[in-house]
Amino acid sequence: MAEIRVERVTKLFKQTRAVDDVSLTVGDGEFMVLLGPSGCGKTTLLRSIAGLEQIDGGRIVIGERDVTDLPPRKRNIAMVFQSYAVFPHMTVFDNIAFGLRMHRASSADITKQVHEAAELLHIDNLLDRFPAQTSGGQRQRIAVARALAMQPQVLLMDEPLSNLDALLRLEARAELKRLLAEIGSTTIYVTHDQVEAMSMGDRVAVMRTGRLVQVADPLTIYDGPVDRFVGGFIGNPPMNFLSAIIERRNGAAVVVLPDVGEVPLEASADLGDHVGPVLLGIRAENVEVRPSPSNGAVRARVLVVEPLGSHNLVTLQIGTEQLKATTRPDERLERDQEVAIVIDAARIRWLDAEHGVALAERDALATDVDHGPPTAEERDAGSTA
Amino acid sequence: MTAAGRDIPMARRRSGRERLIGRGLTYLAAVLLALFILVPIYLIAVSAFTPRENAFDFPRSVIPTAVSTDTILFFLNASGVIDAFWRSVAVAIITLVLSLLIGAPAGYAVARYLFRGRGVYRLSVLATRAFPIVILAIPLAVTYRVWGIDDSIIGVALMHTALALPFTVLITSSVFISVPHELEEAAQTLGCNPLQAFLRVSLPLALPGLAAAAIFIWVLSWNDVFAAVILTLRNPTLPAKILTALTQSPIYYQFAAGFVMLVPSLVVIFFIRRYLLGLWGRVVK
Repeated sequence: MAEIRVERVTKLFKQTRAVDDVSLTVGDGEFMVLLGPSGCGKTTLLRSIAGLEQIDGGRIVIGERDVTDLPPRKRNIAMVFQSYAVFPHMTVFDNIAFGLRMHRASSADITKQVHEAAELLHIDNLLDRFPAQTSGGQRQRIAVARALAMQPQVLLMDEPLSNLDALLRLEARAELKRLLAEIGSTTIYVTHDQVEAMSMGDRVAVMRTGRLVQVADPLTIYDGPVDRFVGGFIGNPPMNFLSAIIERRNGAAVVVLPDVGEVPLEASADLGDHVGPVLLGIRAENVEVRPSPSNGAVRARVLVVEPLGSHNLVTLQIGTEQLKATTRPDERLERDQEVAIVIDAARIRWLDAEHGVALAERDALATDVDHGPPTAEERDAGSTA
Repeated sequence: MTAAGRDIPMARRRSGRERLIGRGLTYLAAVLLALFILVPIYLIAVSAFTPRENAFDFPRSVIPTAVSTDTILFFLNASGVIDAFWRSVAVAIITLVLSLLIGAPAGYAVARYLFRGRGVYRLSVLATRAFPIVILAIPLAVTYRVWGIDDSIIGVALMHTALALPFTVLITSSVFISVPHELEEAAQTLGCNPLQAFLRVSLPLALPGLAAAAIFIWVLSWNDVFAAVILTLRNPTLPAKILTALTQSPIYYQFAAGFVMLVPSLVVIFFIRRYLLGLWGRVVK
């Protein structure tokens, strides 16, 4: 168990900055998820921490040791690969024992630790088989057992669940989370699936085109995204962002939606002295839909109602923009129905209209990063469908 | 509603009978192919063991009535044959070892590393195969003389290695390309340095491919007449000996020689065969 410090790490592939000046600290025993669309650099960063890639700038410290120039075998890490990388020419037992044998553990120790690891992963009945005689899900567990048998300071996992079918993935996710919490190792887990990231991590580090965008616990990432990208990438459906204008009347801030009118909202402290265009970020579940227009409430028109079982997802037209809201499943709304919406002021995330950056964080963020909404491909990459 | 009076054509699965016929034809082709190889071997073997007085019988019975080891023994005891035989074995073994020692790492490098001139290297490897050895013959013999390795086992082995290497590198490079690089990386995270990862993971997985390469190398070296004849005089390998000594001999000795040439290769291939098939948990039929 050890703390990992990534200090201003940069990795270049020819001219591309695959990892661009990334600094990150993972606490001892923490489960950190690296999340982002394909090509964002999360796997490259993980491989750099593992020592499988040589970095072009910065430092990597594991447990107070500077490992930047050390090969993987000297870093006291264990890694689980996306394709599992289970050795086909060895039995399951030999696979799990491989690392221990390389480190010259005694025969008795090897047997004991292999059996322990195999029992943890429920594969102790497979030890005499060859990988070709096991299923994909079993092979995944062999890969994890092989890593855990090493009792490493640091566990690195590269999308270990993405090759499993959807149902198996759900079970494996919960089981893995429970197992790793029990073991308590410092873990870095790479995934492109935002649901996986939110459900498993103590903290999530969102990356985009090689840069670190936001590092926070799942709830903060969900409710307080640092920019339009994070708000649009996390959560299903993505966070709504409405264009609004802040006006000052009698010293108080008033929120105006163009083509719609004034929104009756308490001004948030986040707004500060801001005047002018903003983006109003609000999640679908924090938008209340009232079936008939009422005084003071914002008017909207129902476009689509999608019944999802546990709730209905309603797409509404507000002015020239669209908004998604959730309602109870028994709420009956018709297409083209005029409704009133009430936005929960406490849950609004205010963003700067020009850059898409949260007003509360504006000073802290880099301006050379694209904070705009995720592209269609990035959105697709974030789902498991 | 179907179109009146007409069936809409659909792709249909082959009926049981069609599949049986297809399977039968496949077996027939396999049998013919096997016969193509086995019949000559059988004829050579039978002729080698025919007593001298029956050597010119015509027509011959398919199952030999009289069997005699006279011809074979006479051939083997003829001067220089046993020595030539062992020389051929030695040359082939040295060629095998050298070709794999050089060819396997070379193939690994071509498969794994992007180095400058990689494309040129691969082309030149192919080009050497196209080069006519005949042109090299005299200069090579002269150079060997100068170096003092003419008429020696190591001399012939070196020539055979040079002939076998292009083939070997081509085979081994494609073999190592098929071994996933991630397996080596996994080994490295588990405590291996790159060499250990190669020896413990890549090499065992490459074994079937290397076994195939080994068979090619063996056959190339064992069968080679040309280089052997050019480069040896008093210490010939078996093919060279047969060529020089048996051109004028009666046919039964030639059959005997053919048989003696045949057997070691069959033995070697039979031995290497078990490495050709995947051994780890796959059902081998």
